[in-house]
Amino acid sequence: MTTDSPISAGDARLETNGRSAHQIKPEGFKPPKATHRTQHVLPGFHASLGITLTYLSLIVLLPLVALVLRPWEAGLDGFIRTVTDERVLKALQLSFTTAFWAAVVNLFAGLIVAWVLTRYEFPGKKIIDAIVDLPFALPTAVAGVSLSSLYAPNGWVGSLFDPMGIKIAYTPIGIFIALVFIGLPFVVRSVQPVLAEFDAEVEEAALTLGATPMQTAIRVILPSLAPALITGFSLAFARAVGEYGSVIFIAGNMPYISEISPLLIVIKLEEFDYAGAASVAIAMLALSFTILLVTNFVQVLLSRRGRA
Amino acid sequence: MKVKAPEAPKSPAAIALLAFALFWIALVIVLPLVNVLFEAFRTGVAPYLAAILEPDAISAIKLTLLVAAIAVPLNAVFGIAAAWCITRFEFRGKGLLLSVLDLPFTLSPVISGLVWILLFGAHGWFGAWLDAHNIRIVFALPGLVIATVLVTLPFVARELIPLMLDQGTDEEIAAVTLGARGWDVFFRITLPNIKWALTYGVLLCTARAMGEFGAVSIVSGHIRGLTNTLPLHIEVLYNEYNTVAAFATASILAGLAIVTLILKTLLEWRFADELAAHRRH
Amino acid sequence: MSLTVQNITKSFSDFAALDNVSFEAHSGEFLALLGPSGSGKTTLLRLLAGLDQPDSGSVTFEGEDYLALNARERRIGMVFQSYALFRHMTVEQNIAFGLNVRPSKDRPSKAEIKAKVQSLLKLIQLEDLGKRFPSQLSGGQRQRVALARALAISPRILLLDEPFGALDALVRKDLRRWLRRIHDETGVTTIFVTHDQEEALDLADRVVVLKDGQIEQIGKPLELYRKPASSFVFDFLGTNNQVTATVSGAEAKFDGFTAPAVVSGELTGPQVVRFRPFDAHLSKDGPGFKGKVLSILPAGANLRLELQSEDGTVFETQHAHDSDASDLALNDTVYVKPIKVYVFGN
Repeated sequence: MTTDSPISAGDARLETNGRSAHQIKPEGFKPPKATHRTQHVLPGFHASLGITLTYLSLIVLLPLVALVLRPWEAGLDGFIRTVTDERVLKALQLSFTTAFWAAVVNLFAGLIVAWVLTRYEFPGKKIIDAIVDLPFALPTAVAGVSLSSLYAPNGWVGSLFDPMGIKIAYTPIGIFIALVFIGLPFVVRSVQPVLAEFDAEVEEAALTLGATPMQTAIRVILPSLAPALITGFSLAFARAVGEYGSVIFIAGNMPYISEISPLLIVIKLEEFDYAGAASVAIAMLALSFTILLVTNFVQVLLSRRGRA
Repeated sequence: MKVKAPEAPKSPAAIALLAFALFWIALVIVLPLVNVLFEAFRTGVAPYLAAILEPDAISAIKLTLLVAAIAVPLNAVFGIAAAWCITRFEFRGKGLLLSVLDLPFTLSPVISGLVWILLFGAHGWFGAWLDAHNIRIVFALPGLVIATVLVTLPFVARELIPLMLDQGTDEEIAAVTLGARGWDVFFRITLPNIKWALTYGVLLCTARAMGEFGAVSIVSGHIRGLTNTLPLHIEVLYNEYNTVAAFATASILAGLAIVTLILKTLLEWRFADELAAHRRH
Repeated sequence: MSLTVQNITKSFSDFAALDNVSFEAHSGEFLALLGPSGSGKTTLLRLLAGLDQPDSGSVTFEGEDYLALNARERRIGMVFQSYALFRHMTVEQNIAFGLNVRPSKDRPSKAEIKAKVQSLLKLIQLEDLGKRFPSQLSGGQRQRVALARALAISPRILLLDEPFGALDALVRKDLRRWLRRIHDETGVTTIFVTHDQEEALDLADRVVVLKDGQIEQIGKPLELYRKPASSFVFDFLGTNNQVTATVSGAEAKFDGFTAPAVVSGELTGPQVVRFRPFDAHLSKDGPGFKGKVLSILPAGANLRLELQSEDGTVFETQHAHDSDASDLALNDTVYVKPIKVYVFGN
C-alpha cells in the first residue's frame, strides 16, 4: 500500500475539481491516478474496511442469516408450534425470570461493591478490586462444576440448607445462584468509573445546603448513577439469559422445571431438529433484543432529563 | 474537576457496607474458586497429578492451546483492521458496523455454536457438499476454531476503538505530512501508542478462547482425545462422576484465570493511561 | 452579623496553606479574598464553609463558635467554582434542594418553598427557565442558578469561589455588576475568592490580599491602591516600572532629576523604586530616562506606550488619547520622567 505525497494529493484534488493542473506540473512529473483514496489523508482505508467487512460477513452475518432463515422450514406454523410448545415456553420463562432476578440482586450487590471500592480505603482493596473480574476470567465450565459441588446437598453451602429442607443445586435456585456469579462484575464495572469520577464539589454543595450524608447519597449521587446502573443491569441480564456453562451443571435439567432455553437448543440439535433449535434461538434473541430496546429507551428518557 | 478521595470507613453505615461487600465477594466469588482447589486435592497430590497427566487430559490441553493459537491472532488482526477503519475514517454505516461488531457479546454461547451446525452440520446449508468432498468442519478442529473466533471476535477491537478514538489522528497526520508511508505510519506511530491496549485485548481474548464452553461444546461432538478441549474434558469427567479428575482439570483453567487476572491488573496499574478509559466485558 | 477569623493555621502534608490568618467580615460587607493561585484563598473559603478543618485558630460568627458546627449546620451559602449544580434536577429543584432536605419539623410547606423558588427565579431573572435542566443553560445562567440555590437557604454568609472564573470576559463584567446589585438588595455578608485584582477592586467593599498563606494587607480598594503595604501588593495590583534611585526623605533622586516618593518605613540611600504607567510624564527634551518608542497601542480610555532606554530597560506608560503622547511615532526619542514613585523595604 502506498501513500501519495501531499503535493500529488493536492494535484489530484485540483483535477477532481475539474480544473487543469498542467501548467504547474514540473517536467517529467507523472500525476498519480486520482483514486478516491486520495480523499483520505491517512492510508489504508480500503484495505482495513475490506478486511473488516469480509471478516464480519463470514464470521457473524452469514451464520446469523443461516440462523434467521432456518426456522421456517415447516412454515410459520412450524415455528409457532415449536416456540409455543409448553416445554419451550417453560424453558424461556425459566431463563428470563432467573436472569431477571439475578440481575436485580446484582444491581444492589454490585452497587454496594462499587461504592465500597471507590469510597473507602481498606487493606486488601486492590486485590478485592481485581478479584471482582474473576467471573469474566474463570471459564464457565469451571464455575459450573464448582458451584454445583458447593450447593449440592452434601456440598459446603448446600449442606447448611439441606437440613432445612431447602434444595439449591438441581433446582431453579441453583440456576439463579450461577447467574448471580456471572453477572456481578457487569454492574460493578459499569458503576465504578462513574462513581469514581463523581464531582466532589457537587457532594459538598449538597452538604452546605444542609443535606445529611444519607440524603446526599440518595438524592444527589444515586440519580447520577442511574444510567450506569441500567447499563450494568441490562448487560448482566443479557449475559444471564444466554448463559450455559456455569448453569448447566447446577441446573438439574429437569424438563418443565429446571431446563434452561440454551439447553433446549442443545437437546433439539442432538435430535437433529435444526429448525426447532433455530426457532428457540430466534425466540431467545427476539426477547433479549426487546429487553435491550426497552432499557435503551429508558436511557434515552433519562438523558433527555439531563441525566446522561 | 475534583473527585472525592477514598477514606477509611468510619460511620456505622460505612462499616456495614464494607462488611457486606466483603462477605458478598467472599461468598459469590472467592468460595467457588477455593472450592475448585479443595476438590482437586481432596484425595491428595498423586491422584491430582495422575488426572492431569492422563493422555486424554494432555491432548485436551494441546487442543485448547492450538485452538487459541489460531483464533486469537485472527481476531487480533481483525481487531486492528476494524479499529483502524472505524477510528481513522468517516464512512456511512459506521454505527451499523459497530453494532454488528458487538453482536457476538450478546449472543448466547450456545447460539454461537448452533449457527455453525446450521451452516456446516450434516443437515446444514453446506453439509451435503462438504460430505461429498470429504471435508470435516464441525466435530473437528476447524469447527472449534470458527466457534471460538465468533465468541471472542470483539475483544481486541473493543479494547482498541475507544483508545484510538481518544488519541485522535493528529500524530498520524503529522507523520504523513512529514512524508511517512502506509506501514511506516502504522508501525512507527500507531502501534507504539496502542501496544498495551492491544496486549490487554489479546490477553482477554486468549483467556476467553481457552475457557469457552457452550459454543465449543456444540461443534465439538465430544470425541475424547480428539475434539475435547479442556472445558469439555471437565464436563465429560464430571458427568462420569470422576470428580477429582474433573476438578484437577478445572484447577488448570482456574490457574489460567488467576494468571489472566494478575496480568490484567498489572497492565491496568502500570499502563492505565495507555488503556481504554471505559472497559466492560 | 459579623464573622471573625482568628489565627487560623492549616497545613497540608508538606506545606503551610494558611499561616496565622486573622480578619473580620462586618455585617453586610462584600469582602474579597485576593491572591495568586496557591496563596491559600480557596483553602480559607473551604474552612469557613466547614468543608475542611483548620489545624488551629478560631472562627466565630456573632460570638458563636463556627468550628464546632459541621458544614450542614453552618447555614453558609456556597457557590462553587464549577457551580456544582445537580444535573438530574431542574433549575427549580436545584434551588429548592436546600429547603427540601430539611427535617420535616423545620421544612417550609410546599407552597412556601414554591413561592421562595419563584421569588429567587425572579431575582436571578430566569423566571421562564425554571423547568430546564442545567445542561440546557449557558454558563452565566448556571452561575446565577448556583447563586439562587445558595440564597434559598437564607444563608448567614454567602461564600463564592472564583464566581466568574469559568465565564468569558463579556459575561463576566455583566455578572459582576449584577452580583453587586444582588448583594446590595439582599444585604447578606458576602466573601468571594478571586485571583483577578480588577474584579476584587471593582466589586468589594474591602479586600484581603493573601500571599503564601499569609495576609499581606487588608483595606478598601482605594487604600490598597494608594497605600500598598508591600511591593507584593503594589505589583499584584497592576503593571509597573522598576528603576533604582537614591532615596532621601520623601524624595527619589535620579540622574539629573527628582520625583516625590511614597516610602514605606524609613529607607534611605540606593533603592529599587516603582512607578505606575500613568504616573509618568513624557517630554521631547528631558529631564528623564531617554528612550525610543517601541509600540503605541490603545488601552481603553488610554494610550499605552512601550519605551526602551539605551541600557535596554523597557518602560510602560499610559496617557490620555488627547495628550502630547498621541503625536509620537515609532522609534521617536522621548524622555520618561516618573511623577510619583513608591519605595518598599522588602
